[in-house]
Amino acid sequence: MSDYNFAYLDEQTKRMIRRAILKGLAIPGYQVPFASREMPMPYGWGTGGVQVSAAVLTPEDTLKVIDQGADDTTNAVSIRRFFEKTAGVQVTEATTDASVIQTRHRIPEQDLRADQILVYQVPIPEPLRFLEPSEVETRKMHSLEEYGLMHVKLYEDISQHGDIATAYAYPVKVEGRYVMDPSPIPKFDNPKLEMAGIQLFGAGREQRIYAIPPYTQVVSLDFDDYPFQASKADHACDLCGAKDSYLDELIVDDQGGRVFMCSDTDYCSTRRAQGHVGAQGSPIQEDAA
Amino acid sequence: MQAQLLEGGFADLPVDASHTFRAVMTAMARPGDIMDVAGAKPPSPLSTACGAVLLTLCDPDTPIYLGTSHNTPEVRDWITFHTGAPFSDVENATFAIGTWQALPLSEFAIGTPEYPDRSATLIVETADLSNAGTTLKGPGIKDQAQLSLPEQQAFQANAALFPLGLDFIFTSGNRLAALPRTTKVS
Repeated sequence: MSDYNFAYLDEQTKRMIRRAILKGLAIPGYQVPFASREMPMPYGWGTGGVQVSAAVLTPEDTLKVIDQGADDTTNAVSIRRFFEKTAGVQVTEATTDASVIQTRHRIPEQDLRADQILVYQVPIPEPLRFLEPSEVETRKMHSLEEYGLMHVKLYEDISQHGDIATAYAYPVKVEGRYVMDPSPIPKFDNPKLEMAGIQLFGAGREQRIYAIPPYTQVVSLDFDDYPFQASKADHACDLCGAKDSYLDELIVDDQGGRVFMCSDTDYCSTRRAQGHVGAQGSPIQEDAA
Repeated sequence: MQAQLLEGGFADLPVDASHTFRAVMTAMARPGDIMDVAGAKPPSPLSTACGAVLLTLCDPDTPIYLGTSHNTPEVRDWITFHTGAPFSDVENATFAIGTWQALPLSEFAIGTPEYPDRSATLIVETADLSNAGTTLKGPGIKDQAQLSLPEQQAFQANAALFPLGLDFIFTSGNRLAALPRTTKVS
């Protein structure tokens, strides 16, 4: 680890990122531009989240990294190893043991505590980008609080599909001012954006950092007659039986057999260790081999 | 050149800076929380906390305005040696250091409607910092918090500028607290 500066980035880069994080916390939901660096991983693999984590980590931290809720996917494992090597921090897969959690596209099922920090990897930070390609224009729209276009988009969802079909990256309004992209988390997770922990968002390729302080008002956009609904697959987890967690649907054979299981692997395995068994699950001891 | 201006920096820069930043970030995310910091030994009248914040956040990219209370040769030399930050007039300052009376609030950059982040952060040196006095509400605060602020009206006027406005870090000895523009004081 002595071959690297602590947490990989040089100190001047960290100072620049840290100043952006502070302004982000002071203006919740506003995208602060920052000079994103080349990282030893490709864009789209969480370079923004990694840079934010590097600026936030202290040697005493315990880091957890999840990708779509899972601790054991390539992206999560490689980022976890990256910080094990360059920052020498402890790592964990248990949500309750972590002090810093870097996430791609999920919020852990377990409620976060006040002393935990959640760092999101963000692909496209601008919620208006697919409606208005020009950065000059979207910046003007944010400054004028001109969000009518977003409501038109949600309205068109209703007129075409009979319902708001947006299921992930569902736009939110933060503290009554900025419309923000919560990163591509399922809209099931939107209500959890109001939490006790600090939430930081890093978009490496797009060079933006934004933040939500604890207990900040985060409202999912909707209409009076089509209120926001946090949706999930209408099943219980087939492994642990949880009815309140977000589920992945897996095709398991060529006959169309399918299994629903918790996307949050730590939540699922914790429940199974406690003895919960789902419809197709087996007691966890038998899986040990 | 006096030898003492070379002293008082972080002993282990990456680690000390990471601890100080965690304290500053927590304070900014939770207005009213008072955090301890350590590691810097700046010359008087800079407090330990103010010195640590400077070492953590300031570099050649951040022009600093020194209030009259802190504009001494020792302070200037120490900041120059340890951070390389240039000194600037009020309008162009990214950071400002001084006592409450020494900072001309109305003249600092408050950002632009399109870039509200291009605003100054004021590091206000105070004699005492405690969870008493003014009531704080807003993002980062569960119900309400208390903090000893030098006054109320200036912070109410600042909050009314949102999303523009100034952000404050209060330092006293080795302790610090922060007040972003979103906090409503009463």
